[in-house]
Amino acid sequence: MIERSPIFDAISYGVMILGLMLVLLPFWITFVAGSQSIQEVTQVPINLWPSSHLLENLQAAWDRADLGPKMLNSFLVASGVTIGKIVLASLSAFAIVFFNFRARMVCFWLIFMTLMLPLEVRIVPTYAIAANALQPVQAILDVTGISWLLQTLSGVQVSLEWNLLNSYPGMILPLVATATGTFLYRQFFMTIPDELVEASKMDGSGPLRFFWEVLIPLSRTNMLALATIMFVSSWNQYLWPLLITTDRATYGTVVMQLKALIPDPTGLPDWNVTMAGALIIMLPPLLVVALMQRWFVRGLISKDK
Amino acid sequence: MSAISLSGVKKRYQKNNVVHGVDVEIEAGEFVVILGPSGCGKSTLLRMIAGLEDITEGEIAIGGTVVNKLEPRERGCAMVFQNYALYPHMSVRQNIGYALKVAGMPRAERDAKVLKVAKSVSLDPYLDRKPGELSGGQRQRVAMARAMVREPKVFLFDEPFSNLDAKLRVAMRAEVRNLHRSLGVTSVFVTHDQTEAMTLADRLIIMNAGVVEQVGKPSEVYHNPASLFVADFIGSPAMNLVRGFFGEDGYFRHGQGGMIHLPSLGQGLVSREVSLGVRPELVQRVSAETKGAITAVVDYIEELGASRLIYANADGSRLIAVDTSNDALGTGMPIHLSFAAVDAHVFDHDTGRRVDLGDANSAATRARINA
Repeated sequence: MIERSPIFDAISYGVMILGLMLVLLPFWITFVAGSQSIQEVTQVPINLWPSSHLLENLQAAWDRADLGPKMLNSFLVASGVTIGKIVLASLSAFAIVFFNFRARMVCFWLIFMTLMLPLEVRIVPTYAIAANALQPVQAILDVTGISWLLQTLSGVQVSLEWNLLNSYPGMILPLVATATGTFLYRQFFMTIPDELVEASKMDGSGPLRFFWEVLIPLSRTNMLALATIMFVSSWNQYLWPLLITTDRATYGTVVMQLKALIPDPTGLPDWNVTMAGALIIMLPPLLVVALMQRWFVRGLISKDK
Repeated sequence: MSAISLSGVKKRYQKNNVVHGVDVEIEAGEFVVILGPSGCGKSTLLRMIAGLEDITEGEIAIGGTVVNKLEPRERGCAMVFQNYALYPHMSVRQNIGYALKVAGMPRAERDAKVLKVAKSVSLDPYLDRKPGELSGGQRQRVAMARAMVREPKVFLFDEPFSNLDAKLRVAMRAEVRNLHRSLGVTSVFVTHDQTEAMTLADRLIIMNAGVVEQVGKPSEVYHNPASLFVADFIGSPAMNLVRGFFGEDGYFRHGQGGMIHLPSLGQGLVSREVSLGVRPELVQRVSAETKGAITAVVDYIEELGASRLIYANADGSRLIAVDTSNDALGTGMPIHLSFAAVDAHVFDHDTGRRVDLGDANSAATRARINA
């Protein structure tokens, strides 16, 4: 749609600038508050101009929330989830698109249906599984009578347990399955012409080789876009890490530490430190978006699409 | 021993019969073209040879080995696809060498081979480009180089030129022909373009609706079509086909009371419903006094430059004649046409098969085939 009237142009620019300000204002306030001293930040009305205490506030927030190791934790978990999601999504989409098996549509719809079941909905059963990842296997053994058989024969009681609480796998694995990612990959794989598959068959390459040497390089752009979204969303995870880690000192993530930065109602209202901490915590996802954006724009422009 | 042997090959999708049983022997070093209208099963047949499609019934042998159960890579075939099917993320060099890489050939040896093949199709300046940076003709060459580098027993071409423009197509045709001459590899080429088929083929396989209508040299197929379908399909303009029957008086009756005097053809065919066929270039314009001349009215004229096509109406039947004269002719004008009885073909209307017309006709046909 192309409009050539200057009034319309002015209005649309106005709306866009307004929207931009609306989006950026909270960030500005965070930044401004993070740079003020405790006297300045408690002033009424608030001053919207930055002051000179940014570095000391950052230092205070870093120390108070123990952000060093927590950053590492967050980074490990977010990267783990991102990589896991991409591997799982690309492989399951590969199976659904390129292989002809009887239950293929059933599988696709089962995966698709999990879109309607976000973590918040299934958090109790997911926690139960995380508490003992082998519980389903135990249940199968119990129901089929195998554990009873083993017990009567050998006298050993079968009790399988694999506890994922307070561990990196526990924080990562339950978040790895992604219907969105699978769906994205499926859409991309369906645009691959049949002839390309056949050409690689004629060239003698097997399915895994085709996946690794043709599909993965071709889906690079997709992968980066997906990785960006997934990294940011898993960095921002709050509920699941909070639930599964009781040992906050070792396994806490930065987003959980935000809570520790909020001033105690009875203590000193040092919101400047809180805001400085928030600045540190939102920096990595911001960097990832900024860096990745350059990449996938390049991917979209390049001719080998 | 034949290079490729198809015996009773059938293809069925659920309950749809696509290929109805094909028996063909292809000799080593031969260039065979499978020609037919779209949906006749020609590509399916090729893909069955390649191993990309299961064989429902029958047997395919390549170089004496039955390949029904073999994977594509084990059959020794290389294929050139309609849309080139190049790997878009690989350079020309990687594209050509991919099959060798999969086969585990060391890099140095591979690069030497790729370079040699690329030179033979004059692609060596482009080895480091991506397919997206090449023209259609160059991509086609990469696809061919990719097939050649494996030194296969059989080349399979699946309508490889249908995405190229007319001029490039002619050039690529010559290139494929030269390539075949120098390499001598058995080739099977699928197309729906009859000019392509006629110029490339040592032998043609004409298919229609999953059935092989005729197998033969291009001239044989042109001058001695085995069925009504082949007669109609091969040649442009198409063969004149006039539906009618022979009377006892030696006249062929057609259209609304049309009569053609052909006493030498009618014996044994009296009252059978047949189609009489004659090539437009063998129909002459004659003067009104000529004995046995067919009187017709010009419907319209197609100017071709060196000659023109006269579409005429003879008592309700369409006749096309190739005319090289410069006479002033226009729609609605009466003309007189004639052709030699030995140039005529007769097809049974019910079976669609050719009717043998005796020695005089076969001698004339043979002379044309060998000319």
